[in-house]
Formats: sequence, structure tokens, C-alpha cells
Amino acid sequence: MLQRLNAGLALQGRPKTDAIRAIVGRTWESRTKYLAGAICIALCVIMLAPLVLSVMASLKTTVEAAAIPPTYFPHELSLDSYQKLWGYQDGLPTYLLNSAGTAMLAIVFSLALTIPAGYALARFPVPGKEYLFIFLLLALIVPYQALITPIFFMFAELRLTNTLVGLAIIHTAVHIPFSVYIMRNSFEAVPKELEEAAVIDGCNSWQALVRVYLPAIRPAMVTVALFAFITSWNEFLAALVIMNRGATFTLPLVLAAARQETSIGGTDWGLLQAGVTVSVIPCVLFYLLLQKYYVSGFLSGVVK
Amino acid sequence: MYKGRSRALGLLYLAPALLFVAAFTAYPLIQMIWMSFHNWSLIEAKKWIGLANFVKAWNDRQFWISLGFTLRYTLYITPILMILGYLVALLVAPNTPLRRFTRGIVFVPVVIGLSVSSLLWYWLFNYHFGLVNRGLMDLGVIARPIVWFGEDADRALWAVIVSIVWKVLGFGMLLFVAAIHAIPQEITEATMVDGASYWQRVRRITLPLTARTVLLVTLFSIIGSLLAFDQFFLMTAGQPFNQTASSMFWVYLNSFPYLKLGYGAALSLILAAIVLACTVVQIMLTRRTHV
Repeated sequence: MLQRLNAGLALQGRPKTDAIRAIVGRTWESRTKYLAGAICIALCVIMLAPLVLSVMASLKTTVEAAAIPPTYFPHELSLDSYQKLWGYQDGLPTYLLNSAGTAMLAIVFSLALTIPAGYALARFPVPGKEYLFIFLLLALIVPYQALITPIFFMFAELRLTNTLVGLAIIHTAVHIPFSVYIMRNSFEAVPKELEEAAVIDGCNSWQALVRVYLPAIRPAMVTVALFAFITSWNEFLAALVIMNRGATFTLPLVLAAARQETSIGGTDWGLLQAGVTVSVIPCVLFYLLLQKYYVSGFLSGVVK
Repeated sequence: MYKGRSRALGLLYLAPALLFVAAFTAYPLIQMIWMSFHNWSLIEAKKWIGLANFVKAWNDRQFWISLGFTLRYTLYITPILMILGYLVALLVAPNTPLRRFTRGIVFVPVVIGLSVSSLLWYWLFNYHFGLVNRGLMDLGVIARPIVWFGEDADRALWAVIVSIVWKVLGFGMLLFVAAIHAIPQEITEATMVDGASYWQRVRRITLPLTARTVLLVTLFSIIGSLLAFDQFFLMTAGQPFNQTASSMFWVYLNSFPYLKLGYGAALSLILAAIVLACTVVQIMLTRRTHV
């Protein structure tokens, strides 16, 4: 690379070519600028099209949703599909509650486990700390998909199958390396002086955690909660394995069931896309609202 | 600072997380190894059979079909994701409003569920009701609808690849953009001064300086593809004749519908070992990034 730089520097003493290059460069540059802009817009359209078409399909009337060939946009707006989804099998509220309940439990478990763990890893002289930290990252080394068979057997014995708590436990386990990592780093980033002052004022370690650290690590808590939610809300395999009674299904499961039903005969594509839309909305909403946490958590969690 | 802080207290704070990982990750791992040496089902009593499950896998035609299919999927999708992701990253790396916006949009499919996106694309690729066939026909690319799923394994594979590229393109893009932004400004400026063309700069400067991130994302893509399940379960359902059943799909079928837990555990163990090899490389790479 250095060689390259030097070669480049040597080229500088050639004003004629430089001038020509500058002129050619400028027209070329403005042209590529527009081209790049056009590609950006095209890319946005391509990325958004499937989601937009899905929302549109969910707003078609039952007849139009089953039309051959299909229409791109509904000729007539209708909430038929949502109405059907609302009453589908055990009803949409059941599935929404199952999904949201599992996600809430996963958030609570994640925070309850990893806040103290991050505190201990960052601020206590725990023997063998590095090894314990690596042990907490075990789920990174052994993917949960591979563990699903023994977990199923274990949960069957513990009677945790068909329970939201059981599913939330798996989702927490999937997610714990990321959460521990984020928590440890954010505890380490809190200035020690803050805690020292509190300790001089007579705080014990628990009080220091609650009064000094918790306010300071709020961004990390948001990040962990956000990712716990997204992981849990979207997870499919564990739910498929652990939940086998219709009333305990999460949203992705009931949609998968609806897909299987539709593939046999009486197709209801409108209902399926209404379900897709309902599942996508919270993810996109949280993404738009918490983009800052999303991107920073994503980058620090994945790269480091 | 640590005065008056006992080791025991620290361990106490750490204990819940340690116990949780021990119970729900470490124990299942040991259990899986134990199970793989047994004929193990929920109904009959378990029986020690040594390596018989692994011998069975060796002779299991579907095991090889699934592994081959999964490797093929991995081999096809990884370069597409890397090249496309990197090109998009180069496009949107400058901090103009339009490019920032594009970055945000390309990342949207990453935040939605894989199962949900598979159901969305399952509809788009449907023979009668899907808009892919409609769109291709309107553009004059095809004369009559194509059967994407259930007829030909390769066609189904490509349809799945399209959907997954859409779904995870933003993942690599975001990491690549971050890596490109981390290149020191002086280096970029120096090369601009000597009049190196854009693609020369990309080849000589940008690519070498982001090579580690490229490798890292490649490994993420490989690991994710080796464990692929949702997209095949929901889009192809393994059709035709389990030819599009990925390795994880075959684990699932043995463990759950068939309840051959011992065999399922053995298959999981083999898959975990393959993934572990990739993870070791990945950890070695991230360690170096960390320092």
C-alpha cells in the first residue's frame, strides 16, 4: 500500500494530465453522482416492495386476495382479512398475548440475570473471572438449534413444554452472551469515582448498584431489552418444538399453521399477509423509534 | 476501590447467570452427547447403543442429501451476500441524507422475523397467487408461471436464496459501512490526491483495510446458512421428496415428529461440530479485532 502511495505522489508532477483528469473527472463525477442516487432510490424501492405488497394484499377483499392472476394493489380497501385473523382458531388476541408475554418474560429474565452479572464482572474481584465470562458466552459456541433436542427432553420432564416461561427461558439462553457482553462493557464504562463517592457516603454494593449504576447504564438496558424483544418475538424453531397446543402458539407458529392449511386447498392469502403485517409492525416500529440503540448494540455486539 | 468487596459477594452477583447457563446451555450440551449414544425415545426405555447412531447417520441417505443441500445453499448464498452487501455498503457509505436513508431502508428486513419473511416470500413465489410470477410475466421475462416450490429442488433453492438475500443483506451492509467509516480519513485523502480512480481506491485501500470485517461477516453467513431451518421448513417444506430439507430440518424431523431423540441428538452433534469449526475461526478473528 505504501508503495502505491509513493507511486501516486510521484505522479503529481504532471500538470497537463492532471488538468485533463480534473475535467474528465468532474463531468464523470456529476454523472456518477446521479447514477448513484438513482441506484439508491431503486434499492429502497426493491427493499420496501415486498413489505408494501404484503400490506396491500392484507387490505384486499377476500375475493380479490384469491384472484388469479393476483393484483398488485387492492382495487377496493377492506379489513376482511384482519377480521378473519382476529377470529382465526383461538383468536389473534391469544397469539398476540402469547408472543408479547414470552417477549416480556425474556426481557425480564435477561435483565435480571445480566445486570448483576455485568456488575460483578466489571467491579468485583471474582476469581477466574475471564473463564466465567467465557462460560457465559457458551451459547455462542454451541448454537441453540443444535441443543433443541436435549432441551425438549429436559423441558418435557420439567413440564415446561407448552408454557410461556419455558419458551422465554430458551429465548433468554439464546440471547445471554450478547446481553452479558453489553452489560459488562457498560458497567466498565461508568467512572469508578461515582461509585467511590457513594461508598464513602455509606452505600453498600447493592445500594451502589441501584442508585449509581442503574441510572448510568440505562442505554445498555434499553439495548438488551430491545434485542431480547426482537429475538423472542421473531423466534420460530424453539416455539415450534416446545409449543404443541394451539392455545399456546406464538404469532409465527399460528401463521405457519395457517400456511399449512392454505397449502391444502381453501387458500387464504389475505389472512396470511394480514398476519405477516401484524408481526412486522412492532419490529419496524421499535427499529424506527430506537434506531440509535439498534445500530450501536448491533455493531458492538457483533463485531467485538 | 475493591476494598471490603469480597470475592464471595461478586460470585453471588454472578451466580444467577452462571446457574442459568449451566442449566440451559451446558447441561443440554452434555445431555446431547449422552443421548447420542442411546436409542432414546419418549416412549420406550433408553438403551446404550454406543456409536450406532453415528454409523446410522453414515449410512443414512437423507443425512447426506440434507448435508449436501445445506452445503450447496451455503456455497451459493455466501458469495452473493458478501459481494452484494459490499457493493451496497460502498454505495451508501458516504454520509449524505439519501444514502443514510437508503442504509436505514436496506436494514429494515433484518429486524423482522425470518419465519415471517419466509411466509411473505412463500406467497410472493406462489404459482397462482404470487406476484413474482405476475411481475416476471408483465415484464415479459417468462411466458407462463413457474412452479417455484415443490417441483425442482434447484428452482426452490434459488427462490429461497432470493428471499434470504433480501432479508439479511442489511446485516453485512451495516457492518461493512462501519468498517469503511473506520478507515482513517488521511489515507482516503492521500489516495484521492494522487488521483487514483474510485475502483483503484476500493481495490487497494478500502478492501484490504476492511478485510477482517469481510471475513467475519463471511463466517456469520456460513454459520447461519449451515443452521438454516425456518426458510426451508416454511417455504419448500422439504419438497420435493425431502430434497430441499436442510440439515437442521432433518434433525428436526428425527427428533420431533419421529421422536427418535437419540438419533436426533447424534445428528445435532455432527452439525454442532461442523459449526464449531467455523466458530473457532470466527473467535480467533474477533479476538484480534478486540486487541
